[in-house]
Amino acid sequence: MSVEQDKQARFEQVILPHIDAAYNLARWIVNNDQDAEDIVQESFLRAFKYFASYQGGNSRSWLLTIVRNMCYDWMHQNRGQGQAVELDDEIAEDEAGAGDPETFLQLKIDHQMVASALEKLPAQYRELIVLRELEEMSYKEIALIAGIPIGTVMSRLARARDRLKACLGRRQDEEGAHEL
Amino acid sequence: MNCDRVLFLLNGYVDGELDLVTSLEIEEHLRGCAACSAQQRSLAALHAATADKALYHAAPAALEQRIRGSLKKASPQPPFWSRFTWRWLAPAAALVVILILIAGTLGRSWMLANQQTRLAQEVQTAHVRSLMPNHLMDVASSDQHTVKPWFNGKLDFSPPVTDLAAEGFPLVGGRLDYLDGRQVAALVYRRNKHYINLFIWPSPDGGLGLQRSTYNGYHLFHWNQAGMTFWAVSDVNPDDLLAFIHAYQKNTQ
Repeated sequence: MSVEQDKQARFEQVILPHIDAAYNLARWIVNNDQDAEDIVQESFLRAFKYFASYQGGNSRSWLLTIVRNMCYDWMHQNRGQGQAVELDDEIAEDEAGAGDPETFLQLKIDHQMVASALEKLPAQYRELIVLRELEEMSYKEIALIAGIPIGTVMSRLARARDRLKACLGRRQDEEGAHEL
Repeated sequence: MNCDRVLFLLNGYVDGELDLVTSLEIEEHLRGCAACSAQQRSLAALHAATADKALYHAAPAALEQRIRGSLKKASPQPPFWSRFTWRWLAPAAALVVILILIAGTLGRSWMLANQQTRLAQEVQTAHVRSLMPNHLMDVASSDQHTVKPWFNGKLDFSPPVTDLAAEGFPLVGGRLDYLDGRQVAALVYRRNKHYINLFIWPSPDGGLGLQRSTYNGYHLFHWNQAGMTFWAVSDVNPDDLLAFIHAYQKNTQ
């Protein structure tokens, strides 16, 4: 087998299996099926090109770092969004504390509501929740992928969850109002 | 443990990230505190709602095939006839190779000296350019676990990164640069008020011991190690630069 064929075989064996994780992350960051597909394809090509820099270790984290960077580069080019966190003035007052837990515990939540609320979060909050809850990654792995210290993972995740709870609370209010 | 501290750590607790002792302290607090206990239950409920696999977007079936196809296109196969021509050319090629080797050995030492000077010039230029405003770093962090992975997907090799703050040379960040016709990693260290640039790229040449050159009044050192070439350049005096290099080599063995 030639060196080139060897490299492709090894890449398909080690990196390609993480295609679902790659698509899931990209889809949740950019909120669009077609865009996510394009980004994932570009990410795999780039990962293949730089495969020599993969020195063993966590292949999923290695790939998702590339996918994540691709997403933000893509959004910067195609949507004019840099690393800036989108502002949402409505939620500002809920940022102060953790909100009322008893109210949240009363909510009836289905996964459609959660998906919808997640899509509204700023990307940098949303990606942490996706990596933690859907990819079941440790804070350490998340820190590597997102390029932030572990302590920041915990505090930013806490803020992301607070926002999500507030958003879910508001959606429930809206739906309640419609029924009346 | 007080409520503020418990609330601060609560996410880490729910995610199972805390050590046993801390977790037990938190549990003890939760047993006796209704307010914090409610927060924990609320967080646990959110955790359960967001860990729902129904939220997972699996890749569409056709995507994997498309990717395999584009990988194949990205690595061109050698033409099948190349195997046959080698047999015909082998004797003639061998003779040519011998002649080239003889001529090469003579010319090599002269070329090497020129090459080193040219490279020293490139390295010194890159160093000075990096000291201009906002040119020093692409990633600013003293954490080697942030700097090293930052290069993933940007270079086709992984540079050895280590913080040397204990030895007086703190890591301040990293940067992509371009030397000797290829993309290289630049690690930036600080010594008091001066910066040290350490350029790293892969090299097929074997273990070259520490070499010293000067260019334009700058002191530069370079060496090869573990399949990579290293060039260190700085405005600090050469003794300090040597101390840095020894510390770096010691920490990356």
